Amino acid sequence: MSGPRLNIFPTRMASTTMKIRLKGAQTGHSLLKRKSEALTKRFRDIIKKIEESKLKMGTVMQVAAFSMAEVNYTAGDISYQVRENVKSAQLRVRAKQENVSGVMLPSFEQYAEGSNSFELTGLGRGGQKIQKCKETYTRAIQTLVELASLQTAFVILDEVIKLTNRRVNAIEHVIIPRIENTIKYITSELDEQDREEFFRLKKIQTKKKEARAITEADAAAAEKVMEEVEGGQPRDLLQSDQDTDIIF
Amino acid sequence: MAALQKDRKFIAVIGDEDSVTGFLLSGIGHIDARQKANFLIVDSKTPLATVEEAFSEFTKRKDIAIILITQQVAEEIRHLLDEHHSAFPTVLEIPSKDHPYDPSKDSVLKRVQRLFGE
Repeated sequence: MSGPRLNIFPTRMASTTMKIRLKGAQTGHSLLKRKSEALTKRFRDIIKKIEESKLKMGTVMQVAAFSMAEVNYTAGDISYQVRENVKSAQLRVRAKQENVSGVMLPSFEQYAEGSNSFELTGLGRGGQKIQKCKETYTRAIQTLVELASLQTAFVILDEVIKLTNRRVNAIEHVIIPRIENTIKYITSELDEQDREEFFRLKKIQTKKKEARAITEADAAAAEKVMEEVEGGQPRDLLQSDQDTDIIF
Repeated sequence: MAALQKDRKFIAVIGDEDSVTGFLLSGIGHIDARQKANFLIVDSKTPLATVEEAFSEFTKRKDIAIILITQQVAEEIRHLLDEHHSAFPTVLEIPSKDHPYDPSKDSVLKRVQRLFGE
């Protein structure tokens, strides 16, 4: 027997079950393979987008840093003021989910909540620049949030693709060969049983034939004897002189 | 998993003073009921342990969706970033004012490149 096989009793029913399982495994294999291909395609799209966004992020952050420098020039150091004014987040994100062949990919979406806590920042001087800087940074956040969604999707997809490929390989190289081996084993065992059965029947037939020949020969011989002795007449029971005496 | 992500709504920042101030100005800063802030300003005097601790705390918090970290700071705690494999919260490396962005150091881009066998 080549290769590992399932521990199963070789019967015709087991053979049918195995064949059904083989079919199931093959269907599952092709489905999973297609899933993996779909995910990989998606994955490549995302990678391309990530690379684009990373470049975009560079320019956006540059602009943002420049506007921050403008603020520093006009309004002086506002860092401390800003830090002290932080209370509750105005910009928040929420996760939406997108279904790609059964995989939930999150995508972040930003939304504003509550009021602007920096309305009075820079009231003395440079207020306009500060508001402009705020807008620039809000736009930067937008880009970053997009990038974060892509990156999350990347991490999740990476994992799922690995998992799917592992399953595809397991089915292809372990499960299907094992089932095929089992089917081969069952078929060979059944054939063996068939041959044995055939041989047994043959043997019985010849035995029966021999037995019948012997009995027929005996009967023929007896008849011949009888004919010779009686000359065609039935035996007279009263003629007991032919019997041997019984001695107790 | 879905329920777990519903609560994630804040963006945390770790970086130099100007970057953090800018982001705070856009309104992402949040201080919760226990007086825990979702941002950390790192300068030359900040000990490495503080940065590490803040990063670990942000990754463990259940209400943070994205962690922005300037690449300069990210370099210092690279070992922690490389260990962070889970999808949530997403760690995003950003360029800072005086350090241009170097794509070859980014943890995620490194993974991308490894996948393409480069």
